Amino acid sequence: MNIVVCIKQVPDTETQIKIASDGKSIETDDIKWVMNPYDEFGVEEALVLQKEKGAEVTVVGAGPQRVTEALRTALAMGADKAVLIEDDDFYGADPITVAKVLAKAIEPLNPDIIFFGQRAVDDDSGVVGSAVAEFLDMPQLSVVTKVEVGDGTVQAHRPVEGATLVLESTLPCVITAQKGLNEPRYASLPGIMKAKKKPLEVISLADLGVERDDKLEIVALNPPPERAPGKQVEGETGQEIAINLVKLLREEAKVI
Amino acid sequence: MDFEIPENLRMITDTVRRLVQRELEPISRQVEEQDHIPESVVQTMRELGLFGLSIPEAYGGLGLSTLGECLVYEELAKVNACFRNRIATNNGIGSQGLVLDGTEQQKQRYLPRLASGQWIGCFALSEPGAGSDAAGVQTTAVMEGDHWVLNGRKHFITNGDIADLATVFAVTDRQKRAKGGITAFLVERSFAGYQVGTIEKKMGHRGSHTSELIFDNCRVPAENVLGGPSMVGRGFQSAMKTLDKGRLTIGAAALGAAQRLLELSLDYAKQRVQFGRPIAEFQSIKNMLADMATEIYAARQMLHHAAWLRDQKGTAVIKEASMVKLFCTNMAGRVADMAVQIHGGMGYMQEYPVERFYRDLRLTRIYEGTDEIQRLVIARELLKE
Ligand SMILES: Cc1cc2nc3c(=O)[nH]c(=O)nc-3n(C[C@H](O)[C@H](O)[C@H](O)COP(=O)(O)OP(=O)(O)OC[C@H]3O[C@@H](n4cnc5c(N)ncnc54)[C@H](O)[C@@H]3O)c2cc1C
Repeated sequence: MNIVVCIKQVPDTETQIKIASDGKSIETDDIKWVMNPYDEFGVEEALVLQKEKGAEVTVVGAGPQRVTEALRTALAMGADKAVLIEDDDFYGADPITVAKVLAKAIEPLNPDIIFFGQRAVDDDSGVVGSAVAEFLDMPQLSVVTKVEVGDGTVQAHRPVEGATLVLESTLPCVITAQKGLNEPRYASLPGIMKAKKKPLEVISLADLGVERDDKLEIVALNPPPERAPGKQVEGETGQEIAINLVKLLREEAKVI
Repeated sequence: MDFEIPENLRMITDTVRRLVQRELEPISRQVEEQDHIPESVVQTMRELGLFGLSIPEAYGGLGLSTLGECLVYEELAKVNACFRNRIATNNGIGSQGLVLDGTEQQKQRYLPRLASGQWIGCFALSEPGAGSDAAGVQTTAVMEGDHWVLNGRKHFITNGDIADLATVFAVTDRQKRAKGGITAFLVERSFAGYQVGTIEKKMGHRGSHTSELIFDNCRVPAENVLGGPSMVGRGFQSAMKTLDKGRLTIGAAALGAAQRLLELSLDYAKQRVQFGRPIAEFQSIKNMLADMATEIYAARQMLHHAAWLRDQKGTAVIKEASMVKLFCTNMAGRVADMAVQIHGGMGYMQEYPVERFYRDLRLTRIYEGTDEIQRLVIARELLKE
């Protein structure tokens, strides 16, 4: 059984994001880059199947050289090998382009299951997993919190408002992971030392024979509106404060 | 010149940082109050490989460089000194004698158990009458048939209460002492006549214990002389070699704690308001913050350089190791003092971790060679050159 997990490297969720001078990208100088947290669920699930079914786990990422760090983290967690599609200008590419490139790289690996995070925490587009399924003509089970692999089939759960959908599909298929699927393991120290020696293949867009053909462009990146400072309601007595509060709610906030 | 920390070491510190934030920080207060680390947490530390940082891969460890080991301690020390103590003897004084001088058979028997954390190792040199003057040990070892018989009392032994294997230094020739009369023995807890004495009550480092070890006609097989029969009388040299790396790692622990104290102080200074503004706006407070950060910066460069040097040379860095221990631990003491000052009364309250760091750090200037002994070593090396 072959399992592929696609990994995006994103800014650490604790990073203070600053918008770059071009007004449509972020300052990347002081950023700490990490594996997209939703992808970690995919890696963990793949590693469970590696143990249970003897599956071989390949992690695939695309972007500049720094993306090897996210791939190595997955190798340190226990993945068997990695493929980096190296391209300096890939961060922020049209998700459909990303999917096209990943599909090309994944196809020769003959995967039975391809895991994605249900979305990436940086751009929140949530498109790539579905688009890869489309390009490879595979069924997809999206936003799942439970996976059970049978003989040539897979069952997955997707929580919906007030219920759980139980989905079933044949293999090969694409699965996108939602929080709750599992508790991702740490990369243990021996795992990190071993990861150094695991194969990490680096290929280019040219090697894959794909050219970028982005249809979507980010035209502007705006910071969230600054929150107005709070206002302290003045008054000597409780009664006075209450009267002033009502006045403010009616005249300034216009909510009553 | 390249000051970049290698990728795999950065990954290792990330993992340790995650452990600290998710598992250790939340229980640090409880550990302090109960003077005990829960077994489940020790198990997580075992699974991550923390007990075998410095033990060679061939014996089940990670074979991490000195720099790598120091980086791990820096991270661990940001939470609570006791967590480092738990793994420090297996990675340091409790295993390095074996790594450096052990016979193949001894290494195979003991190192994998220490690397996995299944066993705890300790280093038993100090005695009531022999501290800085370690060559003054009184514990004796006498050959009887195919066994050595040990008699004496060790004290202040880190992890002595939980150790399964002690490297014990005893006098085998009264006349020769440090010059051929002290021998190191590998003594298992189960050997007849081995006894754990009192657990000492300390100023800090709660969650980690030091104890007496008592040897009452303790019978040690002849093959358990560290390094084999040819090493009889060469234990003191072995002890000194073992302590050299330890000095760097204590520097690392002090540095990590100082870094955390700076972070706590920055947060507190920004948020504590007096006279209508955050205290961070007062020049006296700014000066302290600036001094803390500057000292930490200097200490870090020094430690990382000495660790790197040791990794490059593959041999002891005696003078540098002593300089690092002396500077980093004193620096951390000054930083802790300023951190208490910035926190005012809160800095004195157990509600905040600052007072604990203040107490815990004091030890770093004492064990594995006091300040005074470090200066002695540095000057001796200088005058030799
Ligand atoms: C918590 C803790 C854990 C420890 N863990 C271990 C352990 O695991 N294994 C182990 O073997 N030991 C351990 N020790 C012992 C430790 O290494 C000794 O305490 C230390 O070496 C100092 O010895 P001492 O306490 O006897 O002080 P002393 O040697 O009596 O020193 C008292 C004072 O005299 C000074 N002094 C001594 N000689 C000189 C000199 N020649 N010139 C100038 N000043 C001098 C000292 O610097 C110090 O200021 C531990 C100690 C503590 C407190």
